[in-house]
Amino acid sequence: MTLASGHQTTPSPIAPPKNLKRSGLNILGWAVLAGLLAWSWEGADMRPMALIDDAANMGQFAAGFFPPDFTEWKMYVDEIFVTIQIAIWGTVLAIVLSIPFGIMSSENIVPWWICQPTRRLMDAARAINEIVFAMLFVVAVGLGPFAGVLALWIHTTGVLAKLFSEAVEAIDPRPVEGIRATGANALHEIIYGVIPQVLPLWISYSLYRFESNVRSATVLGIVGAGGIGMLLWEYIRGFYYAETAAVIILIIVSVSLLDMLSQRLRKLVT
Amino acid sequence: MTAVSVKNLSKTFGKTNKALKGVSLELEESEMVALIGASGSGKSTLIRHIAGLIPGDNSQSRIDVFGSPIQTNGKISKGVRNDRREIGVVFQQFNLVGRLSVLTNVLMGVLGRASSFRTLLGIFTRAEKKLAMDALNRVGIASHAAQRSSNLSGGQQQRAAIARTIVQGAKLILADEPIASLDPASSRKVMDNLERINREDGVTVLVSLHQVDYAIKYCPRTIAMRQGEVVFDGPSDQLTPQFLQQLYGSESVELLAKEDQRELVPENTGPEPAEQETEGRRAFAYAAG
Ligand SMILES: Nc1ncnc2c1ncn2[C@@H]1O[C@H](COP(=O)(O)OP(=O)(O)O)[C@@H](O)[C@H]1O
Ligand SMILES: [Mg+2]
Repeated sequence: MTLASGHQTTPSPIAPPKNLKRSGLNILGWAVLAGLLAWSWEGADMRPMALIDDAANMGQFAAGFFPPDFTEWKMYVDEIFVTIQIAIWGTVLAIVLSIPFGIMSSENIVPWWICQPTRRLMDAARAINEIVFAMLFVVAVGLGPFAGVLALWIHTTGVLAKLFSEAVEAIDPRPVEGIRATGANALHEIIYGVIPQVLPLWISYSLYRFESNVRSATVLGIVGAGGIGMLLWEYIRGFYYAETAAVIILIIVSVSLLDMLSQRLRKLVT
Repeated sequence: MTAVSVKNLSKTFGKTNKALKGVSLELEESEMVALIGASGSGKSTLIRHIAGLIPGDNSQSRIDVFGSPIQTNGKISKGVRNDRREIGVVFQQFNLVGRLSVLTNVLMGVLGRASSFRTLLGIFTRAEKKLAMDALNRVGIASHAAQRSSNLSGGQQQRAAIARTIVQGAKLILADEPIASLDPASSRKVMDNLERINREDGVTVLVSLHQVDYAIKYCPRTIAMRQGEVVFDGPSDQLTPQFLQQLYGSESVELLAKEDQRELVPENTGPEPAEQETEGRRAFAYAAG
């Protein structure tokens, strides 16, 4: 008897209220987006017709890429290794710096007068693209991979320190208090209480950054900071499209392989 | 010698929440004293003050442990880290580091005394490891030393926390509801361990409890709190149901609940429940970030 009466609801006399404020905001949102697109049209030199008008040209251009020319494959592979090596050193140095900087930008560990300046410094390191750093370091330390390592190092430190500190700010504080209560000092609290809690996440973030640094390192060569990008740039500038295609294929293969490997490793730790 | 002396301690959280109102008490060395009170009466807050983990209100008050000041007038003393070595704290929630082994957690008891440089690198001497193993043996979980502490049951984690205070060489143990979430068998084991350390090593023990029956069984003296005030301080055997009714009114029901009427978490030998609990907590921590 109770079941039946439970479902016996008379049609409600009041219609569910339309959320006026919400739908007004909706329209405004779309209007703003449309305005933004219109405003950007000219600046971005949008010429969709060019895609059609120059279709024949583009076809010719694309045909130049085939068949890819792998005769110099040994050199390409060497350069790809250099690219990976740049990414390895750039990432590892960044991890080393990100541990102290990450902890120094965690609100729950250090007072604000350490946390805030460190965060601003990391913001700056992150705001500037690797390529910009690479151009600066090429001037400072000369052409070649070392400039690329330094560029990745600085930018990645900015990124990882932020991710590391977000992990630190989400820890369970109780084990840390347990350690403090034994009379241990602040460094003990970090090493025994904080780091064991964040380590899986830190490793995962670091691997993810390594993947992305390999991708970044493939273009560092364009500004003279070493690796496969240097070669790629020379081929494109010299209209050697068959060689360009071979290099691009090798980059795709090696980046995908490393991504897969790193994803496996990340699954292992988390 | 006086082990703990608290004089006129008050604590206000926020603007109006008076968790402690002019609490004064003294514990003699080698006493085992129960601290009872309904939840929210200020037991945890009092214990955290004595351990020097939070400062009291900025008013005339002081806390001394073995004659050295922990805090005065709402200011924690400069050298409190040295005093904390003498004080072992066993928390209501098991404050072990879940991902580290039981042995490492217990070894942390030496951090306050050993050379910082060595222990920061994670190096412990053979003597320290032996001390930790002996402590684990005393509380009956030596065979779990190599396991992740998150794999232990609640009762076992609590005993590991007690082992840490042994390694620490604490002369005072503050235990904050160490048996609140345990079943009767594990509760008894934890209380037996505290009692034995008190009896054999002369360690002063202040243990807060939710239920009067354990206070009567294990502690000759009880301090009872209600809404941030000490309402009774005397022999535990005076705590008859009639007297509790007088002290607490309807709240006395909570304190008188017998073992079998409580919500129980069984002491398990397998890893599942303890694991689940820490997994949940970790998931929460990540979600919060
Ligand atoms: N960190 C805190 N922030 C704000 N209020 C707190 C905090 N800790 C405890 N309280 C308040 O203090 C009072 C006493 O709490 P507590 O000491 O935990 O009691 P008990 O341990 O006896 O259950 C409660 O009203 C509680 O809400
Ligand atoms: Mg409590």
